[in-house]
Amino acid sequence: MKRDKTSDESAADRRGFMTKFLAIVCGGLATVPPVLAGVWMFLDPLRRRGAAATFLPVTDLASVPDDGIPRQFAVVADRVDAWTGFAAEPIGAVYLRREKGSDTVEALSATCPHAGCFVEMESQERCFRCPCHNSKFTLDGGMVAPSPSPRAMDGLECQVAKNGEIAVKWQNFYTGIAEKVARP
Amino acid sequence: MKPQHQHDHKQTPQRPVGSLGVLGQLADFLDDRTGYRAVMHEALYERVPGGARWRYVWGSSLVFAFMTQVITGLVLWSSYSASAQTAWESVYYIQHEMTGGWLLRGIHHVMAQAMVVLLALHLMQVVIDGAYRAPREVNFWLGLVLMMLVLGMALTGYLLPWDQKGYWATRVATNLAGLVPLVGPSLQQIVVGGPDYGHHTVTRFFAIHAGFLPVTLVLMLVVHLSLFRKHGLCAKQPITRPDAMFWPDQVLKDAVAMLAVMAVVLGVILMPAVRAMLEGRPIVPGELGAELGAPADPSQPYAAARPEWYFLFLFQFLKVFEGWGASGEFFGAIVVPGLVMTAMFLMPILGRWQLGHRFNVAFTFALLAGIGLLTAMATNEDYAALWADRSSFADVEKLLEETENDKAKIAAHFGNDAAKIAAFEARAKKLERIRHSQSFLDAVALAKAEAARSIELAGRPERIPSAGMLELIRNDALSQGPKLFAQHCASCHAHVDPAAPEAEAVLAKASAANLHGFGTAAWMRGLLDPKQVAGPAYFGNTAHKEDDMVNFVQNDLTDAETWKPDDIEAVIAAMTAEAGLAAAGTAPAVIEKGRGLVADGERCGSCHTFRDNGVAAGSAPDITGWGSREWLVGIIVDPTHERFYGDSNDRMPSFGKAAEGSAPILTGRQIGLIADWLRGDWYRPAGH
Ligand code: FES
Repeated sequence: MKRDKTSDESAADRRGFMTKFLAIVCGGLATVPPVLAGVWMFLDPLRRRGAAATFLPVTDLASVPDDGIPRQFAVVADRVDAWTGFAAEPIGAVYLRREKGSDTVEALSATCPHAGCFVEMESQERCFRCPCHNSKFTLDGGMVAPSPSPRAMDGLECQVAKNGEIAVKWQNFYTGIAEKVARP
Repeated sequence: MKPQHQHDHKQTPQRPVGSLGVLGQLADFLDDRTGYRAVMHEALYERVPGGARWRYVWGSSLVFAFMTQVITGLVLWSSYSASAQTAWESVYYIQHEMTGGWLLRGIHHVMAQAMVVLLALHLMQVVIDGAYRAPREVNFWLGLVLMMLVLGMALTGYLLPWDQKGYWATRVATNLAGLVPLVGPSLQQIVVGGPDYGHHTVTRFFAIHAGFLPVTLVLMLVVHLSLFRKHGLCAKQPITRPDAMFWPDQVLKDAVAMLAVMAVVLGVILMPAVRAMLEGRPIVPGELGAELGAPADPSQPYAAARPEWYFLFLFQFLKVFEGWGASGEFFGAIVVPGLVMTAMFLMPILGRWQLGHRFNVAFTFALLAGIGLLTAMATNEDYAALWADRSSFADVEKLLEETENDKAKIAAHFGNDAAKIAAFEARAKKLERIRHSQSFLDAVALAKAEAARSIELAGRPERIPSAGMLELIRNDALSQGPKLFAQHCASCHAHVDPAAPEAEAVLAKASAANLHGFGTAAWMRGLLDPKQVAGPAYFGNTAHKEDDMVNFVQNDLTDAETWKPDDIEAVIAAMTAEAGLAAAGTAPAVIEKGRGLVADGERCGSCHTFRDNGVAAGSAPDITGWGSREWLVGIIVDPTHERFYGDSNDRMPSFGKAAEGSAPILTGRQIGLIADWLRGDWYRPAGH
């Protein structure tokens, strides 16, 4: 038989609802700070930026013979890794190359634009080859089709000082995309 | 609760009253407070329709494998130090110095691989039996998530030793993660722990590997197992045999399977030891189980970079999209794997129809076949040189060399005969594959050698410096010498054992002296040999070819009156003593005699300054301390110094003297490393 709720019963209902509501809100609120703090800290790397791209001295003109053959050089710079500071550490490698009789030096990053392996020189085949997925590049870094790599090797800006010192603007680029986009 | 459970309770063995021992009383006490008997009963007395079967063991084996990983992982954790400067070092210590470390790490490493295999088997069994169908869909999805968690742990674990292998594989993997639309770059940065690989890559991968993933996995596993219990086992149809109880029938089969898994794992770890024993070689425990490569170094190429074997198919898959440009990599790394996972998630829905079920089974088999094929292709590409006969391509090799791989010249060689050119090109392609495989094998051999050297260095009595292992390797003459020499010296100088088969070819290409064994008696003897002094190993290819020294060796030294064989030997002894490389047991008197001859104004001292013979610098190099570290460093720093060749220096750059306003070509440290390497002066463990 249907009957109307007494006011006592409705009050109890309301209280029941309030209790549930408050239980959920309080419990929820209590867990928010640790979760938020956790996410906040976990996302810290997004704030980090790499060292600004600067020209770093690599070698001098005499070490890059003008025979069109690329030579590999380590790029040395001071480096900070989170809390550790490294003085004058090798941070990567470049290939430098000079055409016959030319004083301009071309610099290529040794990082493969496909997925970031270390591209090697194949002296016998007179080309670059990446040991990972076999992307091939010509000695001036151009694509050899068909290639898994979406673009040619990444050229780096390069300056030759009057005294012959070669400096290269060291940068990292996003891999796997057709455009050459520098990482922040 | 299902009725069968009530029925089960009747089977609970009733303990006879009055026979309570102390243990029995304790058990009663515990059961009273905890109700453990009911729980145990619930856990063990599950009905297995159609009886226990071997095909049901995969799930339990996986749980067992995971428990093994938890146990070994926790203990590894207790000795692991997550940072770019300590990860390799602590894993080295676990593997090579801690008691049983090799075994524990070996089990963790091999069991991880076993887990991937078991996953594949479990998945296959579930799909074939149609165990994903209602009401078990959710549990199937959970299983897929569990599978991804396990693969995620495998992927993150690979990096933790922070060796070259893990480092480069992870670079590729995280770069691929960067391709995910929209969030990719941020995702990559979060996982890597910043814009560059370093401390936080290690700490994050460790947290993910040992914290986030396993905790998630345990939670999901609990749900997976309770759902499995809720729905009961999906029995193989038709049921022809009587039902049995989970305990002990199925448990026995499960336990046998676990034991078999463990036996295989131990077998894989111990196999090399057995082989060594049979071949009578000593067993080195540190070399058993999991490998540890040379420490990660972003500036050192690592051409042997490959993922763990069960990810090799993904690695190979990227090569399939050759020539697709950027979309190829996106397809290979993101789209296709994404589609495959989606298809698997849809299986329970598709499986409602009989045809759909058949499709699912076919799809699973096709997938595994594809994975197998890609893995075989990858392996074949890498190891082809082991079984291919390269010598049968000698003519191709020669022609490529002669024509410098110039298409026009090759065409001309074949008189522009298209058929011949095509045949040649096909063979050239084959040769290229063999060559690539060979460079991979060489890279693996090099990686092994570098790893062995790192481990040797780490075991020095002085231990690893606080700056880390990389610092030690960068200061090791044996590791750095050959690289520095190749880069800075080898364009002119040879460094080849004159007795080696390739010596002649190498010397023919060199345009300065062969520095192999520089400072030793053998080297000196060659210099003072009239037949060799103007040869390619000494002055033959230099501007000094017709200088006084050559003249002296060819004309004066051959005069047996003034230069008796004993005299020449004495000079050799004296010079090697200058270098500090005199043969053991050389009599001091002989050295003394030699010094006298060298200083003598009628002999070597007519040109060379030696000790206090008073000859003015400039006419010939000062050979006081010839071949010593100090002397070698000096000549590399500046051969144009009057102490060395002065104005008559032939082409050799002054590596340590800076042109105005710039840095020298080589740092003092690098020059020292070259000198040490040339002199054979590097750390050797005792007993070597
Ligand atoms: S990373 Fe170079 S080809 Fe893939």
